[in-house]
Amino acid sequence: MNQDIYVVIEHLQGQVADISFISLAAARDLAQETGGQAVGVLLGHNVQDLASTLAADGVLYADHPALAEFTADAYQKTVASLIGKNEPRAVFFGNTSIGADVASVLSARLSLPLVSSCVSITGGKITSKICGGKIMAESELAKTTTLITMIPGGYKAEQGQSEQSPDVTSFNVPTLDDLRVMLKQYIQPEAGDVDISKESILVAIGRGIQTEDNIELAEELAELLGGTVCSSRPIVDQGWLPTSRMVGKSGKTVKPKLYLALGISGAPEHVEGMAESEMIVAVNMDPNAPIFDIATYGIEFDFFDLIDPLLELVEAAKRG
Amino acid sequence: MTNIVAIVKMVPDLVEELEINDNGTGLARDWLRLIINEFDNHAIEQAILLKERDGGEVTVIAPEAEGVEDMLFTTAAKGADRMIKLTSDFAEDTNNHALARAFAETAKAFQPDLILTGVQANDDLDGPVGPLVAEYLGMPYVGYISGVMIEDGKAIVRKEYPGGLIGEMEVVLPAVLGIQAGEEPPRYVAISKVRQMMKTTEIDEQEIPELDPSGGARINRMYLPEAAGRAEMITGGEEEIAAKLVEIFKEVGAL
Amino acid sequence: MADIVSTKKAAFTTEFYNSLFEVADGEKIKTCLQCADCSGICPFGYLMDFPPGRMIAWMRAGILDEMLENDSIWMCVSCYACTEVCPKNIPLTPGLMTRAKEELLLAGNIPAELQSALEFSQRYGNSLGESPRKRADWATGLDFEVPIMRTAKRPVDVLWFVGDYASYHPRVQETTKAFAKLLHKLGIDFGILGPEENSDGDSQRLAGERGLFEMLAEKNGKAFGKYEFNEIITTDPHAYNAIKNEYPQLGIEYLVRHYTEFLAEHIEKIKPLLKENRKIRVTYHDPCYLGRANNIYDAPRTLLEAIPGIEIVEMAHNKSTSLCCGGGGGGMWLDGFQWEKGKVRLSDWRVKEAVTTEAEVLVVACPYEPPRFEDSTKTVPGAEKMIVKDILELLVEAMG
Repeated sequence: MNQDIYVVIEHLQGQVADISFISLAAARDLAQETGGQAVGVLLGHNVQDLASTLAADGVLYADHPALAEFTADAYQKTVASLIGKNEPRAVFFGNTSIGADVASVLSARLSLPLVSSCVSITGGKITSKICGGKIMAESELAKTTTLITMIPGGYKAEQGQSEQSPDVTSFNVPTLDDLRVMLKQYIQPEAGDVDISKESILVAIGRGIQTEDNIELAEELAELLGGTVCSSRPIVDQGWLPTSRMVGKSGKTVKPKLYLALGISGAPEHVEGMAESEMIVAVNMDPNAPIFDIATYGIEFDFFDLIDPLLELVEAAKRG
Repeated sequence: MTNIVAIVKMVPDLVEELEINDNGTGLARDWLRLIINEFDNHAIEQAILLKERDGGEVTVIAPEAEGVEDMLFTTAAKGADRMIKLTSDFAEDTNNHALARAFAETAKAFQPDLILTGVQANDDLDGPVGPLVAEYLGMPYVGYISGVMIEDGKAIVRKEYPGGLIGEMEVVLPAVLGIQAGEEPPRYVAISKVRQMMKTTEIDEQEIPELDPSGGARINRMYLPEAAGRAEMITGGEEEIAAKLVEIFKEVGAL
Repeated sequence: MADIVSTKKAAFTTEFYNSLFEVADGEKIKTCLQCADCSGICPFGYLMDFPPGRMIAWMRAGILDEMLENDSIWMCVSCYACTEVCPKNIPLTPGLMTRAKEELLLAGNIPAELQSALEFSQRYGNSLGESPRKRADWATGLDFEVPIMRTAKRPVDVLWFVGDYASYHPRVQETTKAFAKLLHKLGIDFGILGPEENSDGDSQRLAGERGLFEMLAEKNGKAFGKYEFNEIITTDPHAYNAIKNEYPQLGIEYLVRHYTEFLAEHIEKIKPLLKENRKIRVTYHDPCYLGRANNIYDAPRTLLEAIPGIEIVEMAHNKSTSLCCGGGGGGMWLDGFQWEKGKVRLSDWRVKEAVTTEAEVLVVACPYEPPRFEDSTKTVPGAEKMIVKDILELLVEAMG
């Protein structure tokens, strides 16, 4: 067994997923501990260029037409053969539609221990976050190659990115016949109104927005932040936004990275739909608004006084 | 006609406050309320939908736990044909590898065409159960499924990626699928129907003599994250606040 | 195949019609005049494909099976208006509409919001999905102790059945605390069940879940049976209706009163505690389950009249013609669904009517009402300054 830390890189339609950069950040930390290298494992067909932004000491690349798009069987076989040959100290996967399909199968196939939902790894201590974020669990690297699936929260994607273009070494792909899982086609999400439950940045408006025209301000901000406007029920009731934008008991449940609540009081019927947002920033004139009980950051201020300077600074940040 | 097995487990209900046990390595069980794993519930719905569409049988397998009988009778009221409760020395630290081996053994006997289970559960620490069952049975596994069709001995499935992208995959049967969402939301079943099932049907029990947890992590410590409490208030004039907000936006990657 | 299907459906109509006779006074349905008073007075009748009168007509014609595929019956909020006006005294609300909802539920025809509320009721004993352990948390922070029967371990004079929304909803908790303060001030020996209390189940029953209602009633019956008390008092007209009129059929029989009846009896003790107040013009909303369902109209007014400075003005619809807030019969859990169908809220209509009385305060006596009416005051023109208060809150405020 060598002391290297492998990261199976996830990519879809020409883009490396953030979780892979996050995993690389974790892998670099761990590699320091073990004295090995952080190595990216890239599978695909004619995608070696994707290696260039990886903050890895090296990249192992397997090229095969059967690996052109992700399919469980092909990835499992390829990664299994690599691990079997090289016996790295640990292998990171994203806890995602790509990584989770591979990691667990390999745990059973190769009889290697698996720790999932890892959020950070320090001094060989693996910290996992489970039960809706309510419980933390600590484990450690096993004596054999340990498989780890990562979730975001402990590292930023930038920490796994680099300008330095690591060396890319090819490795042999095993025979990929008799694959039991084949991709027929991709289906793009429908154009038409947004599914707010899939957005990671939400700018939420409540009664405090006062008039339909003011919604434009929220939409401007949302656009600059790469997000979408959603609302509490009264806005939808007025017909100012479609029902698909409603968050709460009578609407959708959302768990975005950022929920910016503008002029929303935080009534239980609304909170029910957004309490699990990763970060909640609430702006409200009422210091007793219940939204402040669940928000990460609270701002007791008139949103209308805030919006112009805010839009200016945000625009500047985007340009600069 | 499809012979389907649905694999289900009970998990901590997050409505209650969770507490750590005296050992510091697991959840305290005194006040712990269990609920069916939400994704397993979707798997059951998908199984029943397939049965209604194509005919066949649905067998539900679940390990013994508080409230599992009520849950199994509810699946029967929805249309499941057979309910199996696994009995064993299930301890607090019975991990998914141990459960998966038990599930695989039991499911094998039914020679299923398709095994459906939730794509994950809130208490998974050694990966989800589905892929492990698949590998122990030598079947292919695809997860994050939100649509299933059976055609000519194959399953055509819709696999979900972030951002709403779907990958339509063809999977050779028999296979295990990790369900993210059933094609319909889990149906409601009137309590009177469940009570009727309790009077007219029976749950089969299957003893699992030995549990093998190898493959799972050893948990050295379990603890509660630091309490969040009330919002951190940001004060100042509009320029100051706006600047702080921009910092926050950068922190979460919105800028 | 088609024959079997149509016979099965026709059989449903006959079966359904016959089952209606089993409800108390259900046989009266045979005497329906088709006068359409019921469909006319129903606040959402114009949005239903099967308002009560039409349902009866189709049943008689043997073609009601289509109702199973129709979802507009979920517009019914069990407000008892139809039952009140029917010239033949047909028990339309409990007998027909509730039975129709039961059939729809069995057929799996149920809006998602309602499904969650029912599943929560079953799992947690309350429709809001809150932890049962926290049911008495509203009482922490009061400067006296609210006795919880399991820890108090002694007989009490009055067992106060609190209810779901009164226990968990932040706005309604204010009313609950007000009653606790009143009981304390009057020196009443009372206790609550706290975490042992389950939802009374009445709205779930009226929403078509008979099995769930019985399960909740059984649990409450068991809890009641453990303790000694002289009577049950409740601040919730729905719980009042359940315990008074429905629980006895399940063998759970206790003397029960609504707080208005109870306090009206103690009015001479209360009056001296009420201080001089500035003049306030108020209007009182008769809750459906206190008023039409149980004929309690005077006690609430007696209490209000006792408060110095209060001037009561009646809305055009009052007492037995009171307009429902829209919360009953599952309405609390059908908001999105009903909004989609009608783009109108019953609570908005009621608040509009309250505005015309030029009252400062809209007074209520049911836990569904404060959140519903307060929401309406935010959007109904002219209602921005209107305050919604329970009688209990006004009493406690007048005590200073």
